[in-house]
Amino acid sequence: MSNRIVIDPVTRIEGHLRIEAVIENGMVTDAYSAGTMVRGIEKILKGRDPRDAWAFTERVCGVCTTVHALASCRSVEDALGITVPKNAELVRNLMFCAQYVQDHVVHFYHLHALDWVDVVSMLKADPVATSRLAQSLSPYAKSSPGHFAAVQSRLKGFVESGQLGIFANGYWGHKAYKLPPEVNLLAVSHYLDALEWQKEIVKIHAIFGGKNPHPNYLVGGVPCSFNLEEVNAINSERLNQVASIIKEAIEFVEQVYVPDLLAIAGFYKDWAGIGGGLDNYLAYGDLPTRGYNDPASFLLPRGAILGRNLNEIHEVNGKAEKEIEEYIAHSWYKYGGGDGVGLHPFAGETEFNYTGPMPPYQQLNVEGKYSWLKTPRWKGHAMEVGPLARMLVAYAKGSTDVKELVGVVLKKLDVPITALFSTLGRTAARGVETQVVAHWMKGFYDELVTNLKNNETRTHTRFHWDPETWPATAEGVGMTEAPRGALAHWIRIKDKAIDNYQLVVPSTWNASPRDAQGQRSAYEAALIGTPVANPAQPVEILRTIHSFDPCLACAVHLHDPQGRHIHQVTFS
Amino acid sequence: MPTQPGSIWKTMQEKGYSRREFLQFCSLAAAAAGVSTEATAQVVKAFERKERPPVVWLHFQECTCCSESFIRGSHPIVADVLLDALSLDYTETLQAAAGEAAEKCLHDTIKKYPGKYILLVEGSVPTGADGVYCCIGGRSALEILKETARDAAAVIAWGNCASFGCVQAAKPNPTGATPISKLIGKPVINVPGCPPIADVMAAVVTHLLVFGRAPELDAQGRPREFYGRRVHDTCYRRPYYDAGLFVEAFDDDHARKGYCLYKMGCRGPVTFNACAVTKWNEHTSYPIQSGHGCLGCSENAFWDNGPFYQHLPKFPGFGIESTADTIGAALAVGVGVGIAAHAVSTNIRKRKLIHENVEESVTESPEQQ
Repeated sequence: MSNRIVIDPVTRIEGHLRIEAVIENGMVTDAYSAGTMVRGIEKILKGRDPRDAWAFTERVCGVCTTVHALASCRSVEDALGITVPKNAELVRNLMFCAQYVQDHVVHFYHLHALDWVDVVSMLKADPVATSRLAQSLSPYAKSSPGHFAAVQSRLKGFVESGQLGIFANGYWGHKAYKLPPEVNLLAVSHYLDALEWQKEIVKIHAIFGGKNPHPNYLVGGVPCSFNLEEVNAINSERLNQVASIIKEAIEFVEQVYVPDLLAIAGFYKDWAGIGGGLDNYLAYGDLPTRGYNDPASFLLPRGAILGRNLNEIHEVNGKAEKEIEEYIAHSWYKYGGGDGVGLHPFAGETEFNYTGPMPPYQQLNVEGKYSWLKTPRWKGHAMEVGPLARMLVAYAKGSTDVKELVGVVLKKLDVPITALFSTLGRTAARGVETQVVAHWMKGFYDELVTNLKNNETRTHTRFHWDPETWPATAEGVGMTEAPRGALAHWIRIKDKAIDNYQLVVPSTWNASPRDAQGQRSAYEAALIGTPVANPAQPVEILRTIHSFDPCLACAVHLHDPQGRHIHQVTFS
Repeated sequence: MPTQPGSIWKTMQEKGYSRREFLQFCSLAAAAAGVSTEATAQVVKAFERKERPPVVWLHFQECTCCSESFIRGSHPIVADVLLDALSLDYTETLQAAAGEAAEKCLHDTIKKYPGKYILLVEGSVPTGADGVYCCIGGRSALEILKETARDAAAVIAWGNCASFGCVQAAKPNPTGATPISKLIGKPVINVPGCPPIADVMAAVVTHLLVFGRAPELDAQGRPREFYGRRVHDTCYRRPYYDAGLFVEAFDDDHARKGYCLYKMGCRGPVTFNACAVTKWNEHTSYPIQSGHGCLGCSENAFWDNGPFYQHLPKFPGFGIESTADTIGAALAVGVGVGIAAHAVSTNIRKRKLIHENVEESVTESPEQQ
């Protein structure tokens, strides 16, 4: 096992991820993905008011804030047969879009870019040439030679101070970095701009939900009220602010993010043949236009793709018994029926069963259990989830907006559609999605304004708000798409309280260990074949892992529908 | 004025800023930290210092909402914090290096700057099962925390997780999630909230750097500067509370007029935070302004303080004169008792009126069980 390297912590992600990769002849031949932190949110939810669950589950993740709250509200609404007013759907869609745009931009610049961009190389750039390049790419205002000279000088002073801060010990100068100094300078300049811009887009969350991260949600609608005759409600001033933010967001995405993505991708086209991994893709879809119960109305459609066959989209049902199941063969849990079976979330069970080495440890026992993540499967298949899965499903289902933009991107990079099944494709799909979603956000805003013009102001339904009106038992599923992929919450309500609550989240699909049949999940599959020039500087592994946008706090959880004792920890 | 290489003043000169602009920047930074204009000279001196203060940011049982909040800062913006104000030598969220190279950043700082670096902690530490519930680089969170805290000049606990344990410490706390103040033998500045407000986070760090000492803390280790007032006492909807005008149901006529959310479960009366004054996301809003009650997310054990939509036990009004310590100590005994004890110091003049109004509203409330 001497050639199995360890990357822990995997940085520039959310949460605690560990990768162990076997490297032979400069290439990954096998890989193991482990989540190394657990909190137990589902156990904590048991017995609580279902209307409170959104707040607990929102705290599953502060990077994909809002999406767990949305899934949670929907699960309760699904269980109780609540339909939210049209304006509530629009506000939720606006918050959803704002989350996507913020999260995808931050992912590209602050979590992913340093895998492709050499910060130190930018010191050699010619600011005049950088300015010329920038102006050839987009009409973005901050593109003068003086601007780039100032950024360069600032970073030069920073580097010369000897205190490299977040850039310390980066893999600068590694031969995998291919960008000319001018592109590096452009990217670093926009790294700083994006850092400043991202705090603007989330103001949409503050306006409708009071704060970001972790804005407020509400079962039955949204907590804000509209009143065009009142300063104490969402009025025309607040709406104007939302409109301004959306306009700036579209500009930033179109003038900065997507041009940068394409410019950088042009130098890394070899990565269109690396990191493809699984050939199955799953999307629950979201952005309803006629209600959550009508998936056909979703702008991001629902469906599954098997074997990269874009001519056949399979239906997905979150409630069907044999569709979504979780395995624990290599996870630190145990099932009553043995480690080989898969269980649907409604019938799931979990008991901690830590069999790993005691800290401090060098390597995990990958032959046995090696992660706090369970392993979800769809009809037995390992599935990739995320922007690529969503864009593929939308493309295959004929979404005009998605097809058009995917076409533009492929043409610009001069690559075939099969190039999407790769590390580069995953990163490009995220950019395509951001631009499409930013424009949809404008559409939702316009529709909201039209409703208000027609005096339709309702944002909340009181139907079944009062627990006294609830049936003795009820169960529901809330499905959505986190920026990182398919997310669903399953709730069972009994006697006005949560009897069982379970989450299967995007990074559980992508980052999980292999299943009982030995099938790898997305990260492990995608790493195979990834070149590694220098195992001490595994920047190539980071490229592929970051292309998924890992979010581990989400991925690790536990649930306990039968009320079993779950604290027990067994050591091998 | 001599120019120290690597100082903020030097950096600003290189960026083309004039001395006058630099001094303005210092005044703004001072204002952000809530200090008087006379103290600005200290700010100027601090920012002329040669080395940027080394800072390490540890992540344990958390959701990264604190890091996300931190980068929402508007004064100063986070790029200026990262490039000019300090040297963030370790943070799993943003740093370029991974694995061993990342761990080296942490070890280098501990070794090179003993007694000089600032430790920021996001997340609680699970003490159950000998630490296997949170490991980084094969080491337990507890071991990493102890090693890093030992030589830290100051320790800041970001958010409710590091300060009080937050959601994973809610009953039954399956992993033994523990606040860091209980695990290290030195004072901790608690900056609770889920997450804390971005500009409050920046201001607490700035306060340390500029004044060279911790801000004054209350009995729970929270800076009085931001946690000395109850949300209720600084809320713009407070007049409706005093007048007995309450939202009775979400999106009812009273909600559309922005009346008090007390009866919808608002925890403003028992929550000490700067939300209603400093507000969120560059003063854009705060939860009550958007129409939802305060969840009390900066309070210890707020997750176990009753269902969110059930209003607090009846109380005969709150006086604005009470302090965080008074109610904080009382709350430790229990919310109901806390409120009773607190009522002693209430504003006598208003009490009868408020009492009648609340009584009347509570009786009318249809959705309470």
